[in-house]
Amino acid sequence: MPQGVIIVSYIAATILFILALGGLSHPETARRGNLFGIIGMTLAIVATLLSDQVTSYSFLIIMMVIGGSAGVYVARKVEMTQMPELVAILHSLVGLAAVLIGFANFIDPTAEFEGAAKTVHEVEIYLGILIGAVTFTGSVIAFGKLCGKISGTPVLLPGRHWINLAMLVLVILLGKWFLGAESTGAGIMALILMTLIGFAFGVHMVMAIGGADMPVVVSMLNSYSGWAASATGFMLSNDLLIVTGALVGSSGAILSYIMCRAMNRHFLSVIAGGFGTEGGAPAAAAGEAGEVVSVDPQETAELLESAKNVIIVPGYGMAVAQAQYTVAEIVKTLRDKGVNVRFAIHPVAGRMPGHMNVLLAEAKVPYDIVFEMDEINEDFPDTDVAIVIGANDIVNPSAEEDPNSPIAGMPVLEVWKAKTCIVLKRSMATGYAGVDNPLFFRENTRMLFGDAKDSLEKVLAELKK
Amino acid sequence: MKIGVPKEVHEGERRVATTPTVAEQLQKLGFTVAIEAGAGAEANFSDDAYREVGVEIIDDARKLWEESDIVLKVRPPEAHPFCGPEAELLREGGNLISFIWPAQNPELLEKFKERKATVLAMDCIPRISRAQKMDALSSMANCAGYRAVIEAAEHFGSFFTGQITAAGKVPPAKVLIIGAGVAGLAAIGAAVSLGAVVRAFDVRPEVKDQVESLGAEFLQVEMEGESGTGVGGYAKEMSEEFIKKEMEIFARQAMEVDIIITTALIPGKPAPKLITKGMVESMKDGSVIVDLAAEQGGNCELTEPGKVVKKFGATIIGYTDLPSRMPTTSSQLYATNLRHLLTELCPEKNGVIDVNMDDVVIRGATVVKDGEITWPPPPIPVSKEEKPAPEAVAAPPVTEEKKEKKKLPAEWVTAIVMAIGGLALYGMGMVAPPEFLSHFTVFVLACFVGYMVIWNVTPALHTPLMSVTNAISGIIVIGALIQISSPGILLKLLAGIAVLIASVNIFGGFWVTQRMLGMFRK
Repeated sequence: MPQGVIIVSYIAATILFILALGGLSHPETARRGNLFGIIGMTLAIVATLLSDQVTSYSFLIIMMVIGGSAGVYVARKVEMTQMPELVAILHSLVGLAAVLIGFANFIDPTAEFEGAAKTVHEVEIYLGILIGAVTFTGSVIAFGKLCGKISGTPVLLPGRHWINLAMLVLVILLGKWFLGAESTGAGIMALILMTLIGFAFGVHMVMAIGGADMPVVVSMLNSYSGWAASATGFMLSNDLLIVTGALVGSSGAILSYIMCRAMNRHFLSVIAGGFGTEGGAPAAAAGEAGEVVSVDPQETAELLESAKNVIIVPGYGMAVAQAQYTVAEIVKTLRDKGVNVRFAIHPVAGRMPGHMNVLLAEAKVPYDIVFEMDEINEDFPDTDVAIVIGANDIVNPSAEEDPNSPIAGMPVLEVWKAKTCIVLKRSMATGYAGVDNPLFFRENTRMLFGDAKDSLEKVLAELKK
Repeated sequence: MKIGVPKEVHEGERRVATTPTVAEQLQKLGFTVAIEAGAGAEANFSDDAYREVGVEIIDDARKLWEESDIVLKVRPPEAHPFCGPEAELLREGGNLISFIWPAQNPELLEKFKERKATVLAMDCIPRISRAQKMDALSSMANCAGYRAVIEAAEHFGSFFTGQITAAGKVPPAKVLIIGAGVAGLAAIGAAVSLGAVVRAFDVRPEVKDQVESLGAEFLQVEMEGESGTGVGGYAKEMSEEFIKKEMEIFARQAMEVDIIITTALIPGKPAPKLITKGMVESMKDGSVIVDLAAEQGGNCELTEPGKVVKKFGATIIGYTDLPSRMPTTSSQLYATNLRHLLTELCPEKNGVIDVNMDDVVIRGATVVKDGEITWPPPPIPVSKEEKPAPEAVAAPPVTEEKKEKKKLPAEWVTAIVMAIGGLALYGMGMVAPPEFLSHFTVFVLACFVGYMVIWNVTPALHTPLMSVTNAISGIIVIGALIQISSPGILLKLLAGIAVLIASVNIFGGFWVTQRMLGMFRK
């Protein structure tokens, strides 16, 4: 196939990818967008396969079939509550692929570069592998933290910033050695060492980040996987890879930015890690001594039935308890009785951006009653009952009222402004940020203790009586 | 232990100290409950209703008092029509929980002392947030405030809400409520919901928000530096100048409004006289005054406690038993307050009470303990404003301080970043081969396109966005595809694995995105 046709196919694929992302601006157009993405990908792969560079097909096709069926299997099996884990592990695969391709490219004897072009090419390889390595281990650790195999509490080594700095210096020195290496063998040595440091860096970075910051980590790794693809594109002088990588990279970067803003934190301070250990304890000491008023499912059902406006605020606890179906059922029952029920979603609710929306969609909650924080926050004063399901920090009034709180300034859902606020909670433990929540001691707050799913099922039974 | 609830003996008292619902809950705490026959009748709780939840009915008051370890009552003990003084019916060493008003009834305390009794006064529960659920004064005041509006409505010859009908226009009633405590706020709420135009006055400026949140207008004396907030959130006595000014407000309002409800009380003092004879005279004929302070002498000069009188064309209601006039609800609320107190007294839920004098709430409520008078309790600081500021609050993170010091004006930062970026670009242009630069152009443009496109993505679809970008970044497979045909086993293997895992990404990513998007529906 002539080179021109391949390039045109790549351009078409690029446009289709952009359309795929653009389609996500609305649920209606999103499915079509995904289709565009699939067409673009098929086009790009077919064009590449038909190019002169690809000659042996059997091995390649076997690999694709194995990988593809594994992907489809996982995608079909995965629970919606496990989406963050799936996304994290997919990031790690992109990172690993970038590392492998980088190595393959370096030892490829067919590539011949001279002078400045050679240096640039080697820098590209070096960077591509580095980003890929960090993405790989970082995502694996994030995956472990998300599915609970690794503890969510930040692991803080003494002098961790110095360790990071030392690793950075080492990587630069190795890079110098790599560029100056005479033989391929010496170069490989430097590359392998650097890859190991990259692996260590990824582990160290994500280990230091607490569970509550996972949305930022996941979107940041999303961004890294994009940059890794982009770097590979530079390495191979392939514009399609560069563009696609850049699209994915900026997408992840924007998501990270949105998540940080939603937590009123600096991106750097999230990456530096350790949230929930510094400053959390003293604030708790100054915390309010108050009386918690508990409520039983029957009273909750009565409150809900007599309400006109209800807002439900789901959090990670709903995902953990797998309570989304029961919630959806309650919503349906209440709406049939003429109660105006809506959902309020905080940007960082859950463990990845948009996590709650997916769970609610899974339980067939219509998306037009699910609102973002900015859309609905003003409506709380007119709300009769606000129900908080397994959320803590995102409904903490001290973010607005206590300038000394570690989460001061973080935008929160103002559930306490509703006439009654029911909080479903397992026990009186603090949230991930380790901050006491004065919401629980408010006069208009009622606590419904117990497993969210059990409690909600009892409420549902009462409502159906 | 056995809880006994006698019938109230005070004339006209309809409340009862426990209801069937609460009696059931008390038994869960391990108590047995007995009640005097007919005790709940006036509050619409029949003996049968009690019997159904396992309460013993005892016909004879004397027997009930004798058998009970704990007696629950509403009114302070007084002379029983057949059995002599109630205080003497209390068993030696027995327990009593009820309203006591120890300041007004010192002789009662003496009697309890003689009987070696333990007595908790519901009116002495300290006003701290933990004790709110036991605060019977508040729940009774709430009933009284509501009922005051209903009583006013009965004696008022018009609608509360304004109406325009075929038969002409009816203006809305104008209601002035003096004192925005619990009773005042309840009255505001009731009057507003009936449709009246409501104004409220209080010496404590901090209640303004509460008044306005209920839909009433807040009247205020404009005076520097004087707040009427006293200990425990109650009002205190004001200076003469302040009183003069507030009286001017009342005089002006009296000419205008149809209904005045006064709830002004200062703890331990006779009620302040706020509505003078002259003001009553200036009111329109048919106006109504409800004086909730009647028992403490009344806020209005012409109030006659316990009676409804007509003076200068205005009806003045001086009922002192407003909560008892809606006995079902007030009994239920009071009984619940009692139950909360008993829950505190019996933390083990074993039906035995423990009067723990280290507990602030129980200490405050206990006026006689085992024959020893323990009233008045030592003072505790309670009002919110008086809470000592928490010391040693969390030090702000150190990084922030650093930032403060180093902070440059934002424009400078932008300018410097731009300059460095520009220099770096030019530096690259000096050395980089043109081929690299053309790729770089594509890269920079793609970043901007990505930036524009991603901001349009609705936050609800952020998870599908991540999974679809996952799939798309599987495009890295192309790099592997190109290399897989190169010579060398190692190379082939590396590229092969890369193809495999990138395929997982592509297929898995697109598939799961499709699955997710299929779920989003209207």
